[in-house]
Amino acid sequence: MAAILLDPLAAIGRATLGACRTVGGIALFALEAVSHLVRPPFYGRLFARAFLEVAWFSLPVVALTAVFTGMVLALQSYTGFARFNAQSAIASVVVISLVRELGPVLAALMVAGRIGASFAAEIGTMRVTDQIDALTTLSTNPMKYLVAPRLLAATIALPLLVLVADVLGVMGGWLIGTLKLGFVSAAYLKSTFDYLETDDVVSGLVKAAVFGFVIALMGTWCGYNSRGGAQGVGGATTSAVVASSILILALDYVLTEIFFAQ
Amino acid sequence: MSPGSDDRRAQAEPSTGGLNRTAMATTPKIRMRGVRKAFGGKQVLDGVDLDVAAGQGMVILGGSGSGKSVTIKCILGLIEPDEGVIEIDGVNVLKLPRREREALGDRIGMLFQNGALFDSLPVWENVCFKLLAQNRITRAKARDRAVEVLAQVGLAATVGDLSPAELSGGMQKRVALARAIAAQPDIIFFDEPTTGLDPIMGAVIDGLIVDCVQRLGATAVSITHDMASARRIGETAAMIYKGRIVWTGPAASLGHSGNAMVDQFANGERDGPIQMELRR
Repeated sequence: MAAILLDPLAAIGRATLGACRTVGGIALFALEAVSHLVRPPFYGRLFARAFLEVAWFSLPVVALTAVFTGMVLALQSYTGFARFNAQSAIASVVVISLVRELGPVLAALMVAGRIGASFAAEIGTMRVTDQIDALTTLSTNPMKYLVAPRLLAATIALPLLVLVADVLGVMGGWLIGTLKLGFVSAAYLKSTFDYLETDDVVSGLVKAAVFGFVIALMGTWCGYNSRGGAQGVGGATTSAVVASSILILALDYVLTEIFFAQ
Repeated sequence: MSPGSDDRRAQAEPSTGGLNRTAMATTPKIRMRGVRKAFGGKQVLDGVDLDVAAGQGMVILGGSGSGKSVTIKCILGLIEPDEGVIEIDGVNVLKLPRREREALGDRIGMLFQNGALFDSLPVWENVCFKLLAQNRITRAKARDRAVEVLAQVGLAATVGDLSPAELSGGMQKRVALARAIAAQPDIIFFDEPTTGLDPIMGAVIDGLIVDCVQRLGATAVSITHDMASARRIGETAAMIYKGRIVWTGPAASLGHSGNAMVDQFANGERDGPIQMELRR
């Protein structure tokens, strides 16, 4: 009888301890990686390679996502706002939604799918094929060599990608507004810039930097701790994408509270 | 080790069932005492005592799961033992600050079982990885050095520009050997150097290992299941069973050592004191 009552509690306790261990492990992993960013030697070539991978090769998918999101947003806003004769607010709704929320979040989700998975798979494969142990025997700290450059690259690259996404998203909205909804081009653009404030852009870029850090952190952490051959690497890749996607959405709320809560 | 290495053979002077006398008289290159390591509830190392004399070629034998790999990973610092002492040149490396422990790696080379070559780098960068990563050499000089070391393991300069994925298993082992010796270490570890190779290629790799170790005057510690390889690359052999060193003696005596466990293992006999555990 007592066992029936205590077993679920024990399971909850074990799960809680496991979760605390994981969160603590990720925090220590992040701290160690960040500490390597300020201690030589620095691996500039690895940073450049990771930056190219995150920023340049993610550009097409982020650009397409942004353009179509801007177009859909303009269309949806029009159908909704037409009921209240508020069509003139479409340009400002498009730009504020994109710059504050959709630009950073959608770009980050796209990058999480591409880069988070790629980091986890690459580092996970290195783990299960002894390449990480080989780094250690070659007097090279794996955290400094594999993790730190990727964290820095993603943290810097994401805001740049989001900046491009913001511009292309607004352009998508402008295309629909002028070609389909009958807006005058100059009036649409004036409305766009009149309602846009510096804080909107800055908050979006800060979010992007945080999301970039989280994507690289989860990708590298899951890969670094993968075990058990191909299946382990596959699991690490899935975990990296799922964990970073959830964290992006959760942190989006937290950051929005910090920036805009009254 | 090699027919010409009389000095080393004299230094090793192994005797069945005990550590050699010369090694006892001088500081061993590697000394392990009471090293224990458990994973979960499983005691993998249960008090390993082992001495490897400077310049000696030591082969560690043992069945799967007996603790061979964990032993050398403990020496390399890849696994932290729960208890015990591991000394290199008389210094307990387990007590060293992290930086000094990492610096110790400069004197150590390692050939992994599957090569563990970095597939994102061309062969020449793999070979000179340590020198490049520590900025001890320019990229141009590293390339020249890689060509030189590749030649020592019988590979042409053109191999340097290939990716590890483009190489056969034997070539990958040669490149891994080249990487292990490129920084001229004084201790080299070999983890199953001939696993996965045909007998002829296995003999070629063993020959290269012997040549390279002899040229560097290094201390070599190998783990292997391959008895022919053990006799070729080892002067002294140690048998590990259930996490303990149960025998140390000359590699040449494997198969007729007088120790029932060693002889059963070396001759691949089903019956004997070693019983395979089918389920743990």
